[in-house]
Amino acid sequence: MNRHLISAGDLSQDDALLILDTAEELASTAERPMKKLPTLRGRTVVNLFYEDSTRTRISFEAAAKRLSADVINFSAKGSSVAKGESLKDTALTLEAMGADAVVIRHSASGAPHRLAGWVQGSVVNAGDGAHEHPTQALLDAFTMRRRLGRLDGLRVTIVGDVLHSRVARSNVLLLSTLGADVTLVAPPTLLPVAVGTWPCSVAYDLDAALPKADVVMMLRVQQERMNAAYFPSVREYSRRYGLDVARMGLLPDHSIVMHPGPMNRGVEIAAEVADSARSTIVEQVANGVSVRMAVLYLLLGGASETGGQR
Amino acid sequence: MHAADRTDASTDAPTRAPTNAPTRAPQRDAPPRDPPQRAAAQQSPAQRDAARRAESETRAVLEPDEIRRALTRVAHEILERTNGGDDVVLLGIPTRGVPLARRLAERLEQVEGRPLPAGSLDVTMYRDDLRLRPARALGHTEVPAEGIDDKIVVLVDDVLYSGRTVRAALDALGDLGRPRAVQLAVLVDRGHRELPIRADYVGKNLPTSQRETVRVLLTEVDGQDAVLLGATADAAGAAGTPGTPDAAGAAGREGS
Repeated sequence: MNRHLISAGDLSQDDALLILDTAEELASTAERPMKKLPTLRGRTVVNLFYEDSTRTRISFEAAAKRLSADVINFSAKGSSVAKGESLKDTALTLEAMGADAVVIRHSASGAPHRLAGWVQGSVVNAGDGAHEHPTQALLDAFTMRRRLGRLDGLRVTIVGDVLHSRVARSNVLLLSTLGADVTLVAPPTLLPVAVGTWPCSVAYDLDAALPKADVVMMLRVQQERMNAAYFPSVREYSRRYGLDVARMGLLPDHSIVMHPGPMNRGVEIAAEVADSARSTIVEQVANGVSVRMAVLYLLLGGASETGGQR
Repeated sequence: MHAADRTDASTDAPTRAPTNAPTRAPQRDAPPRDPPQRAAAQQSPAQRDAARRAESETRAVLEPDEIRRALTRVAHEILERTNGGDDVVLLGIPTRGVPLARRLAERLEQVEGRPLPAGSLDVTMYRDDLRLRPARALGHTEVPAEGIDDKIVVLVDDVLYSGRTVRAALDALGDLGRPRAVQLAVLVDRGHRELPIRADYVGKNLPTSQRETVRVLLTEVDGQDAVLLGATADAAGAAGTPGTPDAAGAAGREGS
């Protein structure tokens, strides 16, 4: 495996399966009274969050703590960043403190990539702008494999605001590596220009796509990133691309409904659907800890390969 | 030679160990017991060929029948020492400790006429040599439903060498519960302990040099039963054959 986890596209099939298999074993430790493992004792993991996040930050923090690593949480609010410190200077500070891994979330695409050039430790991308969120894709794949038993040949439909979604890009890259068939469904305005180069197919009609889907993943409409009118009204978007009970009826019986969170109930997903037995939304959160434990263990647990990649 | 099974007490030679150790650091830090387990799952055909070539330089020190008899004897010893196997839980250490634990459990059941719980205990996350090698895949831990609290846990492994795996297993057990007692059963004790640990049940004491490799093959994992005493790590290394357990294991892990 690479020393950093920046893009889901950097993972080979073997890497990805190793992470999922490791997560599977680690998930069982969450069920025992003693949840902690001593593996990363004495290692320091810094959570460097320039963007708001509850789920991901807590998940990484829990994962690192269960592996006995020391965790330093850093959020842009209330730090020197508010005084104008640059990413590089912050990185050098972390470096001087001896961080073995930096988990970074940043609003700018490519920030983790830049950071990787400045620090000795491993860099884990916890979401950069509209670029990637590889651990989310890994936990989604993990959840699919647990629920449906396989990934190869699985038909996954990702619906919604693909343009602003780092989750969609990471999922497309990872799932295609793992042999799944991914279809993106979105209004044309919410698809990135280069979507034709992605390893997936594209459709515009949700009702036609649903009967063929083993997995349907709903994406949040990221209004905070929208600086133009991408669709006429939320109501119209919801009617054409939202997953309500009637639409859920079009899905095959075994299909599952996923959402990376946070949800806008009533917009992309109806409350009844989010709380239904098909929904894996709560499971995804629990699986996130196991998957992030696996990533931290595989990046930090062994000897760092000298002259490693990147 | 094999007939000496029971009485062979000549393994007590750990003090000789450190003299030539520094030049062979990888082998000393990591008993070769572990790497071949990974290798079996991940070997490429080329590596398997190489392993086969290396095997031709090795000799079998235990034949299938001898392994069977040794396990039967160990099973009886366990019954003697634990008052008929009351409260015994067998936990195999992956990879090859697991089928051994299962075989012992079958024999105990044949003798006592009631099933004994057997499971597996992965110790990877508790090893002290994790930072010496790239992170490795985890084995499976499966504790029988009755748990281990107040039980007599018999740890089962294929080869006892430095004792570090067993130390890790003791730590792992501590996180799972509080057994009344912990005992250790191994198929082969090859000496060269680096920690104050000894086995309660030994299938075969096998005096070795640290330059030699010991490989246990089991039908469940390798398709055949055998204990092989290998060519020295040196000879295989010099020939550039990735066939020694160490080299094959490392090569197997590189891809992951």
